Amino acid sequence: MSSPYLGAIDCDIHPAVPNTAALTPYLSAYWREMRVLRELDRMDLMSYPPNVPLSGRPDWRPKTGSPGTDFDLLRAQALDHFGVRYAICNCLYGAQAFYDENMAAAFCHATNDWIQKEWLDRDPRLRASIILPLQNPDLAAEEIERLAADKRFVQVLLLSRCELPLGRNYYWPIYRAAERHSLPLGIHSGSMFRHSPTQCGYPSFFVEDHVSQTQAFAVQLASFVSEGVFAKFPELKVVLIESGVTWLPAMIWRFGKDWRGIRAEIPWVKSTPGTIIRDHVRLTVQPLDGPSNPQDLQRILEHLGSEDILLFSTDYPHWQFEGDAVLPSGFPENTLRKILFENPLATYPRLKETVQ
Amino acid sequence: MSTHSVVSSEPEGSRSKPVGSGVVDCDIHPAASSPTEVAQYLPERWRKHVSTFGVRLPNQPTINIVPYPRMAPGHGMRMDSWPPNGGAPASDLGFMREQLLDACNIEFGILQPLSGGSMTTNQELGSAFCNAMNEWQLEKWTRKDKRLKGAICVAQEDADSAVATIERYAKNRDFVHIAIPTRTMEPFGRKRYWPIFEAAERWNLPICMHAPATGYHCNTPSGWASYYIEEHIAFSHPPQTIVTSMILEGVFERFTRLRIVLVEGGFAWVPPLAWRLDKQWQIMRDEVPHVKRPPSGYLREHFWFTTQPVEESERPSDLLDTIRWIGSDRLMFSTDYPHWDFDDPSRAFKIELSREDRKAILRDNAVALFRLNE
Amino acid sequence: MSRHVVARVGEIAPGQRKILEVSGRRIGVFHSNGEYFALLDRCPHQGASLCSGMLVSLVDSSEPGEYRMSRQAEMLRCPWHGWEFDIRTGQSWCDPAKVRVKTYLVTVEPGAELAKGPYVATTYSVTVEDDYVLVEI
Repeated sequence: MSSPYLGAIDCDIHPAVPNTAALTPYLSAYWREMRVLRELDRMDLMSYPPNVPLSGRPDWRPKTGSPGTDFDLLRAQALDHFGVRYAICNCLYGAQAFYDENMAAAFCHATNDWIQKEWLDRDPRLRASIILPLQNPDLAAEEIERLAADKRFVQVLLLSRCELPLGRNYYWPIYRAAERHSLPLGIHSGSMFRHSPTQCGYPSFFVEDHVSQTQAFAVQLASFVSEGVFAKFPELKVVLIESGVTWLPAMIWRFGKDWRGIRAEIPWVKSTPGTIIRDHVRLTVQPLDGPSNPQDLQRILEHLGSEDILLFSTDYPHWQFEGDAVLPSGFPENTLRKILFENPLATYPRLKETVQ
Repeated sequence: MSTHSVVSSEPEGSRSKPVGSGVVDCDIHPAASSPTEVAQYLPERWRKHVSTFGVRLPNQPTINIVPYPRMAPGHGMRMDSWPPNGGAPASDLGFMREQLLDACNIEFGILQPLSGGSMTTNQELGSAFCNAMNEWQLEKWTRKDKRLKGAICVAQEDADSAVATIERYAKNRDFVHIAIPTRTMEPFGRKRYWPIFEAAERWNLPICMHAPATGYHCNTPSGWASYYIEEHIAFSHPPQTIVTSMILEGVFERFTRLRIVLVEGGFAWVPPLAWRLDKQWQIMRDEVPHVKRPPSGYLREHFWFTTQPVEESERPSDLLDTIRWIGSDRLMFSTDYPHWDFDDPSRAFKIELSREDRKAILRDNAVALFRLNE
Repeated sequence: MSRHVVARVGEIAPGQRKILEVSGRRIGVFHSNGEYFALLDRCPHQGASLCSGMLVSLVDSSEPGEYRMSRQAEMLRCPWHGWEFDIRTGQSWCDPAKVRVKTYLVTVEPGAELAKGPYVATTYSVTVEDDYVLVEI
């Protein structure tokens, strides 16, 4: 029985760095020595601690090592089993959260080379995001320039909780480079762990912290629009990865209503926020925080107000669904086609440059 | 302060149409007519302190207490709300009667004083200031107009003092709720706040939580926003944190009759948060074994939401979905008088609500929740 | 359609306004940069007294951080939710295609042709001392 997702584009899978030693071939002499001296290891990003249920569905965990570290398992389960045409690797690694910007840049550099050599080179279906050292936007822009020629990099990766709201012009060197090379900004659920995750301080529990991520996505969108990022970089696209999806209509309503009265504060925003968001922002479907009733699910997705917004993803190996029920039932045929194929192709122009 | 002058203006008395039976307005912000009007209820020691050291708030960079200036004079007031006899908007009971209570057929108005005492970093001052606000409400407002119902303002970061304040005022039915700001120092479900829940439940008083203008933590998890419009969007987030924290800390397993009202935080975010909570709890319930059933169940039983600023969906019928998903019994009308984003009860809802729903939202839900007929 | 006297020329100073009832409707009459404009005093959003809002300039921009001012005192901010209305056309700035407030044609007539009367005019008597401002409704 062929997969209902045959030929789809999976916009979010997670190969994982098994240990820092694996990055040694890609580090400079200085950092090789530092790695040993300072015992740099277990640099997994704490947004997905390896043993937490969310981080790996039980049947997707390798016998040894953290979820996503086994290439053969990923190839069999994520690529072969669902029959996808491409899958975009978003490698969540702690380098994006380091405090030392040089160390961050060095380890992002090494991770990107590791992705290239040990993942992209090993299966023609794989594509990837460039991991960026957000600590220093100039260094991040350099990293984009370094790798832009490899069209298998189709996106750049940012995190939902950073040091500043991402719309701030402090980050614009990144957006300038990304726009130039037709690389969407992928904002992934995660954190640099600089600020309190909520306005009321620190959640007690992982699940509580993770639920609160929708707030992070909402304020990043508000920042991108309010700071005029899309006015300045009109070709730029933003993909919100693992955001939960259904929080977005409420945010658009509130933003739009506020904009009508507060417009003069940000006069470079010349269309309704809803229009700008629908033009520039896409969302991966996993997780889909929806009601169990299929009609209600279709209703809330209609509230999004666009058929172009949703991008298919499995979020492999994160635990978001059981068995092969990647998407709930109830999607009309046309909508499914857009989600599985058309929207991802339209969002990631560089996919067409290395057709396989 | 309004700087324009209108050559001829007439009272707004006939502006709004009554809506049949009366309306309950769950969010009115009364104001002082002078800087010392509330301070006069403070002990001398604190009056002196306030006049020299002020009521210091966290993350308040300038003397002006709103870090993000509003796009309207008076720190965000309706331009027509300055009383003709002078004073700040909502500082004059006579004008409030004319412009709001009578004009909008308000049967009961619930006061939300937004006491600096709840947010000041000096905890002893906070407790004293909250008591002063409570005395001020009695003398200036609730004793003078029986439609107005007061809030027991408490300094929630010092739970013992908050409980003492509740004990002091709870018997007086001029007070119908306990007022706590949404931007607390820790997520509101944390154990340090449980003594307050115990008192609230024992006295059968709901806790109303309203956004303050400053907070202890950044207004985004990625640092501080630049613009007022971003801050205003972010006002809808602490209510979500409150829901998430209180449910996942097991507050409602322990306090089965506790009722929380989230004021001015929006409400369209409620269904998606309920779905997300249920989904994530299914995956990670081992982390929170004290949460015995799906989170959405607790949400439906313990939380109410005031309607202002009313959600304006791009397609009006979408809002009907939202109301159906939340339950029209959980929504309670509010005007937010005298703020700029005021909702008029006869015009705020651009959708066709059934008569029953309209009456429930505009009056009956609040009458039941605040026990206004007792 | 008929014309109604709403004020004497000179009564409404430049930059000022007068709100009054004409023919059963509340309208605001504005004197702005040497011209007169009149609008219905009801915001199409939630019915606020639009004409008691602040008169501001039009703020536009061609890039983040730039504020371009034009049309000084010709945009009316609703005193409630701050929507901006062009007093010449009634057009709202936020959503020009959809939201508009009703405007009225305002003319300034020399006194000899009109009678002075109460401002919601139903009777006329003639004076020639002053010029009058009339509104056609």
